[in-house]
Amino acid sequence: MRTKNREGVKLLLLALPFVLFVAAFCYVPLFGWAYGFTDYRVGMSLTEANFVGFDNFLAIWQNRNEVFRVMRNTFALSFIGLIFSPLPMIFAIMINEVSSTKFKKIVQTFTTLPNFISWIVVFTLAFAMFSSDGMVNNAIKALGGTQTINPLGDNDHAWMFQWALATWKTLGWSAIIYIASIAGIDQELYNAAQVDGANRFQQILHVTIPGLQPTFFVLLLLQISNILSNGFDQYFIFYNPLTADKLEVLDYYVYKIGVLTNNYPQSIALGMLKTIVSVVLLFSANSLSKKIRGESIV
Amino acid sequence: MKKNRSVAGKIANVILYILLTVFTIMCIYPFYYIIIYSLSDANQAASGLFLLPKGFSLETYKGIFLLNDIPQALLISVSRSILGAVIAILGSSFFAYLVTNPKMIGRRFVYRFVVLTMYLNAGLIPWYMTMKAYGLQNNFLLYILPGLVTAYYVILIKTYIESLPRELEESALIDGAGIFTRYLQIIMPLSKPIIATIAVYAVVGQWNAWTDNYFLVSDAKLQTLQMILYNYLNQANRFQQMSSSAMDASAAASMITPTSVKMCVTVVVVIPIMCVYPFLQRYFVKGIMMGAVKG
Repeated sequence: MRTKNREGVKLLLLALPFVLFVAAFCYVPLFGWAYGFTDYRVGMSLTEANFVGFDNFLAIWQNRNEVFRVMRNTFALSFIGLIFSPLPMIFAIMINEVSSTKFKKIVQTFTTLPNFISWIVVFTLAFAMFSSDGMVNNAIKALGGTQTINPLGDNDHAWMFQWALATWKTLGWSAIIYIASIAGIDQELYNAAQVDGANRFQQILHVTIPGLQPTFFVLLLLQISNILSNGFDQYFIFYNPLTADKLEVLDYYVYKIGVLTNNYPQSIALGMLKTIVSVVLLFSANSLSKKIRGESIV
Repeated sequence: MKKNRSVAGKIANVILYILLTVFTIMCIYPFYYIIIYSLSDANQAASGLFLLPKGFSLETYKGIFLLNDIPQALLISVSRSILGAVIAILGSSFFAYLVTNPKMIGRRFVYRFVVLTMYLNAGLIPWYMTMKAYGLQNNFLLYILPGLVTAYYVILIKTYIESLPRELEESALIDGAGIFTRYLQIIMPLSKPIIATIAVYAVVGQWNAWTDNYFLVSDAKLQTLQMILYNYLNQANRFQQMSSSAMDASAAASMITPTSVKMCVTVVVVIPIMCVYPFLQRYFVKGIMMGAVKG
């Protein structure tokens, strides 16, 4: 018993530097939240800041015209993503229906590639395709068309364009998990369906899709709990004055208030609200999953 | 699965192949386009380019490599990718190995303390203030150090180690091997598949990272390739003049256009990924599968 305890203490001591490291890089920044309750200004020393209670949160409320617009964009983009959330599953089923292994492999290799480039590169590619002297407009001109398009600066379709870019980037990758789940579906079920005279489409409808439902459900819950996070990179890169009205999302707004207008306390207050709501959503989704499926997702 | 030979089945098959082919082309064509653009004669390319390069010129490539910032940024990006991956693998795997040992006191708490960081995001400004306070502003360590214990990698490795047969380690224990020996000589070799997967994730993640650079590193010597690309996107015109004057041949000035500069730099940024990606794809897939098994 004593040697077991000594071993346990030794293991804990070995893990301690890592725990302290994680504390320093992930938990210490949380203390920065305290400055969300002060009148700190850039250039002040940290100790000079005065406690102002919830003034910065009130200031967010006073800015509500702007904040509502930001929240409208955030929710709109998240909801478009939610509406199309079955797309990776459909794509996976399509790939699975292909009989040629070679073709399957080519499709999978090429469609997952965009997931591994940064949003900066996505922007250059989008620029190469869609700018005024880009490939698409050159093609329109070459075919004798006169109506050029400019999706990068089109405010009316900005949400859909950003959704299309994100889908282009992630669809192949998101499908992988479904492709693997399809492989895990009991082959007996297909055999039984065939005996019952089900054709390919009916097999998909009655065997494959029900088999994928648990995976879909978990990913959907995670997506719902991420509803406030559209991601900073994409909207920072694609933001421009023409589409600002539609593309200013919460992650961008936190940056704008903090870095562009140097209002640290208000940016901290916003970030704090965002993290708290996200964590609450995640744990609600988790307990929902436990209740419905008896399994947790985090 | 039995082949369906009905007419409807055949039509459905044709539609399936067409849809998949179209999407695959949509995914790969932009990459192809920037490559042929970067190899074309810049002035001819501006008039429109679809399937083949127009003319052939490497002037823009010569131009961008004559300036110091691209080779320097390449060095920084390569070093952060390699060092960052090594640090993340060593730290995360050793920690994961420690928490798989049921004898550890407070094991559940220690593990959860680390996993929780996946969901706790302090926000941009608190992160910025903390890193600055640690002296990581304009410091190369900013790129590689924060990844030392990455919660997601810890979950993946821990799950993997727990799936290994316990007897192998126990027999080493009887031979009197210490923790470090067991980790290096038994766990690491057995965990090669998951380590390879994480190495690929970490390298790609590091190669693509730029926000740390953007917010905290202004030192010209420490810029990453991604950041240089971002800067060129914003100021390709200015750069065109710089690289033209950096070349001795005055005639070359007209060979470089702002767009050709953007295309060439982008190719330099994506070529490494495109070259290694097909070989590493199976590791990516393995990783996402294991990620599906929650920690």
